[in-house]
Formats: sequence, structure tokens, C-alpha cells
Amino acid sequence: MPRRKGAPEVNAGSMADIAFLLLIFFLVTTTIETDAGLDRMLPPMEPPEDVDVVIKQKNIFTVNINKNGQLLVEDNLMNLKDLRKAAVAFLENNGDGSCNYCKGKKDASSSDNPEKAIISLKNDRETKYKTYITVQNELVGAYNELRNREAQRLFGRDFTEMEAEFLNPETPSKVRDDLKDKVKRVQDMFPQKLSEAETTSN
Amino acid sequence: MAKFAKKKDGDLPAVSTASLPDIVFMLLFFFMTVTTMKDSSLLVENTLPNASETKKLEKKDRVIYIYVGKPTQEYQKVFGTEPKIQLNDKFANVEEVGSYILAERAKKPQELQNVLTTALKVDKDANMGLIADIKQELRKVNALKVNYTTYEGDAFNNLQ
Repeated sequence: MPRRKGAPEVNAGSMADIAFLLLIFFLVTTTIETDAGLDRMLPPMEPPEDVDVVIKQKNIFTVNINKNGQLLVEDNLMNLKDLRKAAVAFLENNGDGSCNYCKGKKDASSSDNPEKAIISLKNDRETKYKTYITVQNELVGAYNELRNREAQRLFGRDFTEMEAEFLNPETPSKVRDDLKDKVKRVQDMFPQKLSEAETTSN
Repeated sequence: MAKFAKKKDGDLPAVSTASLPDIVFMLLFFFMTVTTMKDSSLLVENTLPNASETKKLEKKDRVIYIYVGKPTQEYQKVFGTEPKIQLNDKFANVEEVGSYILAERAKKPQELQNVLTTALKVDKDANMGLIADIKQELRKVNALKVNYTTYEGDAFNNLQ
């Protein structure tokens, strides 16, 4: 006997299963990853056309990494663990006494003030990347340590935290404008002057 | 009673699940739009070093990636074990980095072209010589903002 009901309704019950399958596929395959790393600026190819700046040797903190990952800091062999402390001491040495927030030793043979202090990093072509990153990390750490200290003193919070909030695009622009000046001020107290010479191949 | 008895199939109507697919589809679309697919499969070993003083990389559309590391097992026969550069989906030489950056930059919208960051994802056992060459290339095309992508962690773990 022929059915009189007309076309039977298509069973949509399995639709959910199919959609779930797709959903689970996308859930599994995609990664919401946020990358983090050390931000650096490379020097421009054309040096800015100003007169040759004479930099006193005492204002340069040389860090040399050889191919075995050993560190030569200011012509002395140094352990990587001591680098941060040495860099901090150099940066806030305040040899000419013009920096009133520094707590350095005012050693006449070290840097004049944070404004002039330059860290020069040099590495061998065969230096391992991990050593390089560790050294970079320590040097950035030295700057952050000093900036955090000053930010704590002035604004009662860490510089790194303020900077992260400032750079976060989700921060409301009103807060950002406020932070901008503060971040800038602390940055100017200890400007990051990290120069990287071209690598040597011997 | 006869009135109700007419309904043959079940006196208790089943809960309608007709809208379930809609709900799931909604979720599906959400995930499809929100997530970004990894656009290139890795041809190189990429164990990043650790660092503690990291900054988050902001929006993904402003980042150009360069991978460096030694080729993975299956490519070692062809490409050897020396660290190589990977741009998009293929191996490249140092000289190609510049043109790659320019090509990627041209693909981005005008207003983003000046705020691009180059993320260097370098295996921790790579040599600095190669990195220095890449940096030189980046300087040539004026892509000065770089980010050495790392894992979050104690930097001294690298040395072990």
C-alpha cells in the first residue's frame, strides 16, 4: 500500500553530530598562541648624518662573547650570572654626578651618567644563539631592573608592568595616554643604548 | 479521548533538537573566525631559547615570521644538518630574506606597513653567524624592528 504521508521529513538529528565533529576539529587544530620575545631595534643602514660623536672609552661597556659561550666583559672574563649586576653597576655609576636618582659608586673610570652609558655587544659567528639570547636577556634585564626601581619610586608600580599595559591594545585609550608619559619618563631616565657590532669571524 | 488517541506516534512529544545544530554551528563559526591557522608547517627544528624579560608580540597581522634551525629529520638527507632559513613554506638563502620581507610588507595594508615587526624564531642551537647575516639583510630593507621570539622561562636554562 503506498504511503499517503507525502515525503518523509529528512532526519536532521545527525546534523548536530556533524557540526560537533567540525567544531571539535577546529578546537583541536587551532592554537591561540601569543608569542613573546625580546624586542630589539636594529641600527639603520645609513648612519644619521651628524658629526662624529666622540664617545669616551669609559662610557662603553663592552661585552664580548666567544664561540664557546665565554664572556669577556670590559676585558675581564666573567660568569654569565654576574653580568646583570655588572651592567646595572655600570649604567647607574654616575661618574659626573649629574644623575640624582642613581645609586652608583661614582667611579671616575666608569660611565658618566645613564644618558651616556652605552653597552656594546659583540659576538663571534660561531656563538650559539642560546648564549646570545641569554646575554641579551641579562642586559635587557639590567635596564628593566633599574627602570622598575625608578618606576616604583615615582609611581609605585613596576615599569615592565606599566609598559605591558601601555602596549596592550585592549587598554582603554584614556589609561594609555596617562601611561604614555610615565613610561616615557622612566625610559628617558635610563635610555636603552645597546649597540651591536658586526660579528667577527675569527 | 478518541480525539487524542488519533496521534499515533507517542503521546509525549520528543524535545525538539532542531535548534541544536544552530547552536553548534554558532560555536563552530566563532572558533573558525577567532582562530588563526598556522600558515606554514615547520621544516626546521625550532626549539626556542628561554628568556624572562620578554614582551608580548601584539597583533598577528603586523608580524612577519622568519624561522631558522636545522632541517628536520626528513629533510636532512637533502639539505644537510646545518641550520637553514625557512620563509613561508620553503627553505631559503640569506639573500632571499630581503625580498621576502619586501614582498610580505607589500601584502599588508598601507597603514600597517610602517609598524611591522619581524619575528625571528630561531632554534637555540643555531650559530650567530647566520643570524648576523639575516640582521644585515633586514637592515638593508629597513625592517629594523625585530623580535627574538623565545619561550618564557629562566634564561639560564639555555646553557644547560
